[in-house]
Amino acid sequence: MQQLWLIPILPLLGFLLNGLFGKRFSKPVINTIAVGSVVLSFLWVLKTLTGLSAFSGGLEETYKEHYYTWIQSGALNISVDFAIDRLTAVMLMVVTGVGALIHIYAVGYMAHEGGYYRFFAYLNLFMFFMLILVLGANFLILFVGWEGVGLCSYLLIGFYFLEKFATDAGNKAFIVNRIGDFGFVLAIFLVFIHFGTLDFATVFAQVRGMPVEASAGIFTAISLLLLVGATGKSAQIPLYVWLPDAMAGPTPVSALIHAATMVTAGVYMIARTSQIYLHSTNALEIVALVGLTTAFVAATIGLAQNDIKKVFAYSTVSQLGYMFLGLGTGAFSAGIFHLMTHAFFKALLFLGAGSVIHALSGEQDLRQMGGLRKHIPITFVTLMCAGVAIAGVPPFSGYHSKDMILEAAYQHAPWMYWVGVFTAGMTAFYVFRALFLCFFGKYRGHHHPHESPAVMWMPLAILALLSLGGGYINVPKFLEPIFPLAEGGTEPWLTYVSVAAGLGGIALAYLFYVLSPSLPESLANSFKGVYTLIYNKYFVDEFYDAAVVEPMVDGSRQLLWRVGDTRLIDGFANGIGTTARGIGGILRRAQSGYIRSYAAWVLAGAILAIAYIGFMGAPR
Amino acid sequence: MPLHFGPLPAAVPPSWYLMLSAILFALGVLGFLLRRNIITVFMSIELMLNAVNLSFITFSYMLKRVDGHIFSFFVMVVAAAEAAVGLAIILTVFKNRQTLEIDEVSSLKN
Repeated sequence: MQQLWLIPILPLLGFLLNGLFGKRFSKPVINTIAVGSVVLSFLWVLKTLTGLSAFSGGLEETYKEHYYTWIQSGALNISVDFAIDRLTAVMLMVVTGVGALIHIYAVGYMAHEGGYYRFFAYLNLFMFFMLILVLGANFLILFVGWEGVGLCSYLLIGFYFLEKFATDAGNKAFIVNRIGDFGFVLAIFLVFIHFGTLDFATVFAQVRGMPVEASAGIFTAISLLLLVGATGKSAQIPLYVWLPDAMAGPTPVSALIHAATMVTAGVYMIARTSQIYLHSTNALEIVALVGLTTAFVAATIGLAQNDIKKVFAYSTVSQLGYMFLGLGTGAFSAGIFHLMTHAFFKALLFLGAGSVIHALSGEQDLRQMGGLRKHIPITFVTLMCAGVAIAGVPPFSGYHSKDMILEAAYQHAPWMYWVGVFTAGMTAFYVFRALFLCFFGKYRGHHHPHESPAVMWMPLAILALLSLGGGYINVPKFLEPIFPLAEGGTEPWLTYVSVAAGLGGIALAYLFYVLSPSLPESLANSFKGVYTLIYNKYFVDEFYDAAVVEPMVDGSRQLLWRVGDTRLIDGFANGIGTTARGIGGILRRAQSGYIRSYAAWVLAGAILAIAYIGFMGAPR
Repeated sequence: MPLHFGPLPAAVPPSWYLMLSAILFALGVLGFLLRRNIITVFMSIELMLNAVNLSFITFSYMLKRVDGHIFSFFVMVVAAAEAAVGLAIILTVFKNRQTLEIDEVSSLKN
């Protein structure tokens, strides 16, 4: 036994300690518990993986631990099992590793915030659920983690609960995710109906023996419903709208939950159920299309945002789209590879943005920044590392993973490759636009910038190293036992084109925002229609409001409340009360209080009973 | 020697016993309904109980079974207990109200 259960239980302990007694603890104690539990969890992951010799060619088979039977009802038999294979190993390393760094960073970032213990308690609870999600060996355990991280996401987005926009954003995230979860639940039902079990290993073993579907059928149905769940959690079209608003939470939350880990749960889930997807080419095609569309649309929105966190939020949506594109084109390991490198550089981007915001005492508007590279040099250098990583500049991490995805896209359909390359160019452009606006030119704000403390820049530095060198962690090779690598030679020009797109994006950003800062404005003026459309995020929120939210609210108020609740339900309940009262009013007259009248009633009743028996005969 | 239930001497027919029981019961009911003194009412209840006892015994004799005997013993025990409790209640009522008029004891109404 490797005691896998310790991995999630440690953060849970941290949550319980800080959540129950945090109010009485001093800050150092809270820090020790919160950070310590996650670091211990990370060390335990390392020890477990070493024990299973995952780093030295072992762990080709799934290692599984059974704890107890949770639900036993008829044919439904669900046990609490944790399993670990190479896919889980990658996820565990990313979640606990990046998670630990972000916890350390948060100690510095949250130092002056209220609700300190509450923040770390939630963060630890999130780690617990995320690890459950990753370790679970059947659909239901995965779902428990899935819902749990959703809850923590809600709690942390609405962390500044005195601000209306924060609680609104929390609600939005929660409700939009419910739509996705609806699909996920239906998919789980379908799996149970058709396979009689929810255990991953059993289901996939059955699936493997079945023929690939030529047209739509059960596999397509399950896959598409799972995809609905994944689009909710991983912020894909059409359910991506919650993620940009989720930036209302504190920046470490944005980095941990809304960039590095939770939003990749959908990618992980699709990779985990890849056997089902591989049996439905239609579903895979749709995954690829959803991913590509999301990557493209979100990147265009990112071009015109002025809030530094919003830029990175749309960038996250866009990069998640890349991962889906990788999954959809059958390059599952490339998708997971990108998931890992993205966790490094996007966490770094967010933490760096947090460091900038911290330096400017809460300013998030790019137009109020500028010239900060002299004031906060460490943040500047680390953010540049993240920038070149996400832009796909060789030999940094983003280049390796994105390149694999684009290559798979080319082999799948060349037009997808070209859209992907164009998106890669836009990615480089908007990230460097944000960085140039932030660090170059003249300072336009009026706060006094100051560099962040070591507890904040140390995690930045580590993440910067990972962003630069993470591409040499050969994840696809590592995942080969699960996702066989595609055969066939690569065409070198594909790489050149995508790298050129990235460099071109950077160059364009440099031209626009460093060399001649007046150019973007005139360009925006000459393409006013397009600019307004992008600046307002294609009016998708407004459209959803008009098409879904308003009818729902109106319908609830006019029909469900005024008619359904007030008239029908209340009317029914009140009617019962009034009727009972009326009958009682009549009957109470019989209760005179005179014992002789009661006796007379008894006598009359007895006579009636005897008369009945006498005339009708005794019942047999 | 097993108990032997032979025919009664001079043969009073069982129906007479039943009629006597019915008459006693009716007297008890009338007394309960018409008299106002609590003690009389109480005695009427005892009369009804004993009338029922009599019919129990009669039926038991007619059907040659002991169930009726056992029942009547039960009734006697209950009646004795009830007499003790009931008289105690009547005493307390009188002490508190200086009356035994049954229609004036109606404070449990409403």
